[in-house]
Amino acid sequence: MGHTVGDRGESVTGAGPTLVIRGGTVVDQSGERRADVLIAEGRVAAVESRIARPRGAVVLEADGCVVAPGLVDLHTHLREPGREESETIETGTRAASLGGFTAVVAMPNTEPALDSAEAVRNVQELAVGASAHVAVAGAITVGRAGERLAPMSELAALGVRLFTDDGAGVQSAGLMRRALDYATGLGVTLAQHCEDRTLAGDGAMHEGAWSSRLGIPGMPAAAEEVMVARDIALVRALGARMHFLHLSTTGSVDLVRRAKSEGLAVTAEAAPHHFSLTDGRTADYDPVFKVNPPLRPQADVDALKAGLADGTIDAIATDHAPHAPELKDLPFDQAPPGMLGLQTALSLAISELDLPVARILALLSWQPASICGLDPVHGGDQGGAIVPGAAGNICVIDPTATWTVEASMLASRSRNSPYDGRKLTGRVRHTVFRGEPVVIDAEAQR
Amino acid sequence: MSPFPAHLLSMDDLGTEEIVEVLEVADSFVEVGRRANPKVPTLRGRTVATLFFEDSTRTRMSFETAAKRMSADVLSFAPGSSSVKKGESLRDTIETIEAIGIDGVIIRHASSGVPARAAGWLDHCSVINAGDGWHQHPTQALLDLYTVRQAFGGGDSGLARFEGMQVVIVGDIRHSRVARSQITAYTALGAEVTLVAPTTLLPPSLEGWPVTSVTQHLDDVLPKADVVSLLRVQSERGSGEFVPTLREYTADYGLTARRATMLQPGAFILHPGPIVRGVEIASEVAELPAALITDQVSNGVAVRMAVLFLLLGQGTLGGAHRG
Repeated sequence: MGHTVGDRGESVTGAGPTLVIRGGTVVDQSGERRADVLIAEGRVAAVESRIARPRGAVVLEADGCVVAPGLVDLHTHLREPGREESETIETGTRAASLGGFTAVVAMPNTEPALDSAEAVRNVQELAVGASAHVAVAGAITVGRAGERLAPMSELAALGVRLFTDDGAGVQSAGLMRRALDYATGLGVTLAQHCEDRTLAGDGAMHEGAWSSRLGIPGMPAAAEEVMVARDIALVRALGARMHFLHLSTTGSVDLVRRAKSEGLAVTAEAAPHHFSLTDGRTADYDPVFKVNPPLRPQADVDALKAGLADGTIDAIATDHAPHAPELKDLPFDQAPPGMLGLQTALSLAISELDLPVARILALLSWQPASICGLDPVHGGDQGGAIVPGAAGNICVIDPTATWTVEASMLASRSRNSPYDGRKLTGRVRHTVFRGEPVVIDAEAQR
Repeated sequence: MSPFPAHLLSMDDLGTEEIVEVLEVADSFVEVGRRANPKVPTLRGRTVATLFFEDSTRTRMSFETAAKRMSADVLSFAPGSSSVKKGESLRDTIETIEAIGIDGVIIRHASSGVPARAAGWLDHCSVINAGDGWHQHPTQALLDLYTVRQAFGGGDSGLARFEGMQVVIVGDIRHSRVARSQITAYTALGAEVTLVAPTTLLPPSLEGWPVTSVTQHLDDVLPKADVVSLLRVQSERGSGEFVPTLREYTADYGLTARRATMLQPGAFILHPGPIVRGVEIASEVAELPAALITDQVSNGVAVRMAVLFLLLGQGTLGGAHRG
């Protein structure tokens, strides 16, 4: 099959194999129904209660499984270019496909940062042939240095819909105001990693009982919350829209809940590790539990779960952040923050959240697709309902299967999963990306 | 009696029984130190390495003297604070130590948790924490206990004095590995600990800490204190971020000559050193008979000999973990 790069960076597929996804329950925005799904030439060709296998078609068995639109990760660090020893677009998107994702938003903190047309085009070209769609997020400021605006209009013309300096928040309120104002005119969304540097300081974990006992410099919850509050004030003042990355504290969830009740155009995401792990896990000083924002106490975990349940938080996003093993063998305060997440996100959501599968899929598929402009409403091919004519981006999930995470068996180039040895419920069985089966029976095909 | 632990990473590794054991073993090594030839063959054939990623001549010399007095072979590594710059990871450095065949490694590092991580990477080598970041400095706390017990008469009667003893720890608790170890150590023997510090130099949370009280008023607690333990204030902490000036710190928290007169007769003053005269302690106060600062240093060798003996002494009280 031939790939070409479309004018917004998307890959346009010609022909593809014929697939029948048989025996599953289709779950999408329109509800759920028992149906087989026929995929041909990259698109959904039929959704019917029983589809006979056409000659030459590949059958993907889905008995007892959920057939859903492919998952969309708003927050992935693919590390290429610049840190290929930790991850590449090839290995990162393979991990994504094994986790049920058919699209990932690639964060711009590569080396060089994705703050220019040349850098964005480079990643778009490198992503041709990847196992999932790579939507590039652009930097808000040049070099993510927080000093002057990156050429957002030029990047928007290349298809960039989400801008962030992720890894750092835009520290200057004045510059953030200009950025929001400018973005509003372009119709793109800014996403903030909320962390006030003067409060976070050299903090390497959540500031609280554990950091005090362990003698590790902490970053207080307020370091996140003051920037959430600041940006909500800017959104209110400007009538802008904005997305909050990886909320981690009770106070942040409360601020976003109130902003939404006011009718402000804010959306938010939460990362699986923030609703499944607490700061006590750092007790052995293992940097595999170091992440930014840091793991928080149980009360914050509970607040995130409540925010996911009541709709305050719109998306589960992985913040997949690979780091080569030698970097995680550094002392805790020197090791870089970040955890693998693509292959465990869905299972953690099923295992940890007391939500129906359809709600979990909303948080992992069509809601994030809408936030980053990859859904059909915005002209994209992700997260849409599974109906004839829809794009062939689908994941098949066995919601009751159990498996044990083995960090050494993950597809990422790195091994920094905090879930090594943990038993999880819910597993991706097949993933179809643009009509091609990239994962069959939990095995990557590319 | 429970076996002595495989490593000494934190005061939390020792129960009351093990602490008393260290103090009693140290008594015999104090006696050794008084001999014309202060050397015993206890660790002959064993190899001990000091691995100080952070400079500390005093603590390193104390450990090396302790090991040499026990006839151990002593290696001294000084890899500097950032081995990464040299292209070798911390883990590689630690695993090299084991491959060389070292029995005990004494680690100091500016980052909290490095001795604990090292212990996890080693199979046959005991780790002694000689100070990690803000976390722990257990041999300092043990030598403080030894010194206080000695000052109160030594032996079982000195030990008995810890029950209900009023210990006041003054200074930069937030950034102090010494304080974190001392609090556990004193309370394990029955003492009651009061912390005195400006709120900016207290840990963000004291949840779970066995302290009796916390105050910003040193004058209120001095008259009832049996032991006042001062912590060094690093000058950068008094440059406007944590306290406005060192002058203001000394006015509120320094053990000045005036404040020293408030102490009850028989109370003692400790300081882990190096002291900053005129900041946390007045020069003349440091010279008072009640000040045990030089006793702490000389007892340090005997206490570290005791720790080495209990961790590495084959076929004796310790060393049960290996095999």
